[in-house]
Amino acid sequence: MNSLAFILIAIITLAAALAAATLRSLMHAALSFAIALVGIAAFFFLLGAEFVGLALVFIYIGAVAVLIVFTILLTRRDDGKTRGFNWGGAIIAAAVFGGLIWSILNTQSLAIVAPHMPGLTVKRIGAALMTGYVWPLQCVGLLLTAALIGALILVLEEKR
Amino acid sequence: MSKSIDQILVNAKQWVLSWLAGSPNWVVQVVSSLVNIGVLLIVFLTLFAFMSVLERKILARMQNRYGPNRVGPFGLFQPIADGVKMLIKEDIVPARADKIVHFLAPVLIAAVAILTLGVIPYGRNMTPFTIDGGILFFFAVGSTTELAVFMAGWGSNNKFSMLGAMRAIAQMISYELPLIITVLPVVMVVGSLMPDRIVAAQADYTFGLVPRWFVFTPWGAAAFILFFVSGLVESNRTPFDVPEGESEIVAGHMTEYSGFKYATFFMAEYIGMFAISGLGITLFLGGWHAPMHALEFVPSWVWFFVKLSVLLFVYIWIRGTLPRTRVDQMMNFAWKFMLPMAFTCIVAAAVWHYAGRGLRGWLWSLVVIAVVYTALSMLLDTRRKFAPRVYRFAE
Repeated sequence: MNSLAFILIAIITLAAALAAATLRSLMHAALSFAIALVGIAAFFFLLGAEFVGLALVFIYIGAVAVLIVFTILLTRRDDGKTRGFNWGGAIIAAAVFGGLIWSILNTQSLAIVAPHMPGLTVKRIGAALMTGYVWPLQCVGLLLTAALIGALILVLEEKR
Repeated sequence: MSKSIDQILVNAKQWVLSWLAGSPNWVVQVVSSLVNIGVLLIVFLTLFAFMSVLERKILARMQNRYGPNRVGPFGLFQPIADGVKMLIKEDIVPARADKIVHFLAPVLIAAVAILTLGVIPYGRNMTPFTIDGGILFFFAVGSTTELAVFMAGWGSNNKFSMLGAMRAIAQMISYELPLIITVLPVVMVVGSLMPDRIVAAQADYTFGLVPRWFVFTPWGAAAFILFFVSGLVESNRTPFDVPEGESEIVAGHMTEYSGFKYATFFMAEYIGMFAISGLGITLFLGGWHAPMHALEFVPSWVWFFVKLSVLLFVYIWIRGTLPRTRVDQMMNFAWKFMLPMAFTCIVAAAVWHYAGRGLRGWLWSLVVIAVVYTALSMLLDTRRKFAPRVYRFAE
C-alpha cells in the first residue's frame, strides 16, 4: 500500500518537476512547480511527518508560489520570444544534483537502521523549538520583523 | 435513548463498514474515507442549495420585497431550477484564454473549499478526518485558494479578471494574518492543534450555568469578533466583496466564466463560508456542546448545525445591512487595527492563563483588551482631520 502510494506520488512529483523545467509558458512552469511542491508535501505525509508537510503546503504553496506567480506577472516581457538552451542553469543544476548525491552517499547514519522513533507530533516540535532551538527561532523572528518593517517603509507615502 | 440518537450517524457508518468484515484492512480504510467524503458532500451541497434560496428570501425580506416564490412551496425548489439552468447553459471559454489554467481554476477552488470541511468536528465522535494538526491543515489547504483565484484571473486573459484577482489576493493575504493570529490564543490555552481536543476543552460549565466556551472570556470574545470579520473577508462576502465589485469590475476573477464553472465559484464561496463558520464554532463557540446542562439530551450534531445556522444568518444579515468598503479602507483596517488587536488577544489570553483562569484572570484580560482597544481607536481616529464641508456654488 505504502510503496504503491510512494511510486504514484514520485511519478506525479517528477512529472510536475520536469514540466516546471521544460514548459514554454513561464506561468505554466510556475504552476507545475506548485504541483511538484504538493508532491513533496505528500511524501512528508507518507513518512508520518504531518506538521512538516502542512508547513510545506502552507509556506510554499500559500506564499512562495503566489510570490513567484506575482513576480512573473509584474515582470513579464518575453511574450512569444524563444530563448536558447540555458547552459549556465544546466551546469548549476548538475552541480547541485551531484553535490546532493555525494553528500547522501557519504552520510554515515543511513547505513545504520534507525531506532524506532515515536510519532513526530506538533507538541514535540513545539517543545523542541521552545527549548533547544529557542535562539535560532528568535533570530528568525527578528529577521522577519525587520523585513516586515522594511517592506512598510518601502511603500510608505513620502510626506511633503 | 438520547445517546443512541446522538450516535445514530456514527452507528450507521459502523453498520455499513460491518458488511466488509472479512476484507483486508486497507479496503475498510478506503471505504470508510469514501463514506465520510460522500456524507460531507451530500450534506454541504444540500446546505449550499438551501442557503442560496434562504439568502435570497431573507435579503428580500430585509429590502421589503418577496424574493423567489414561484418554484415550489415558498420558492423552496428554486435551487433545483437554478442548478438545471446552470448545467444546460453554454460554457463559453474566451478565444485567447489560457485554456488549461482557465479550466483548472474552478476545479482547484472547489476542491480546496471541500477539503477544509474534512477536519471540523460535527458532533461527538463525528470528525470526518482526525489529524493531529487539524487547525494547521485547515489554513494550509485554505491558503491554496489564493493560487486558484490567481489562476482564474490570469487564465481568463481579461483586465477585469486580473484586477479582481489582484484585489482578491491582496485582501486574502492581508486578512489571513489576523485570521491565523486570532486562532493562536485558543491553541495556546488548549495546548493542541487538534479540533477534537479544542472542543473537549470547552466541555464544562462555570457554576453549572455558563458554558466554558472561549467566547465567554474577554480574549475569546475579542478574538471571535476579529476571526468573524476576517472570515467575512476570506469568503469574499459583503461588506468586503471588493474582488467582485459588480459596479466597478464586472465580476472580478469570475468575469469570463459562464454556466457551470461560474456556479462552481459560487459553490466554493459558500462552502468556504460554511467551513470558516464551522471552524469558528469549533474554536470559540464550544463546537458541538450544548449551551445549557439541561439541553444536553439534544444530539450534539444538532447543536453544531444550530450554531452554524445562526452564524450563517448573521452573514446574510450583514450582507443586507452594510455597503461595500473601499479597497484602501479595508487594507488600512487590516494592518492598523485587526493585526494589533489580534496580537493583543494573545497577550490577554496569556494574562488570563497566568492569573489562574478564574474571575481575576477574566478581569485582567478585559483590562488588557480595553486599554489596547482605546489606545488604538484614539490613534486611528481621523475624524479631527476633516473640517466642516464647505459648499461652493456656481455664481
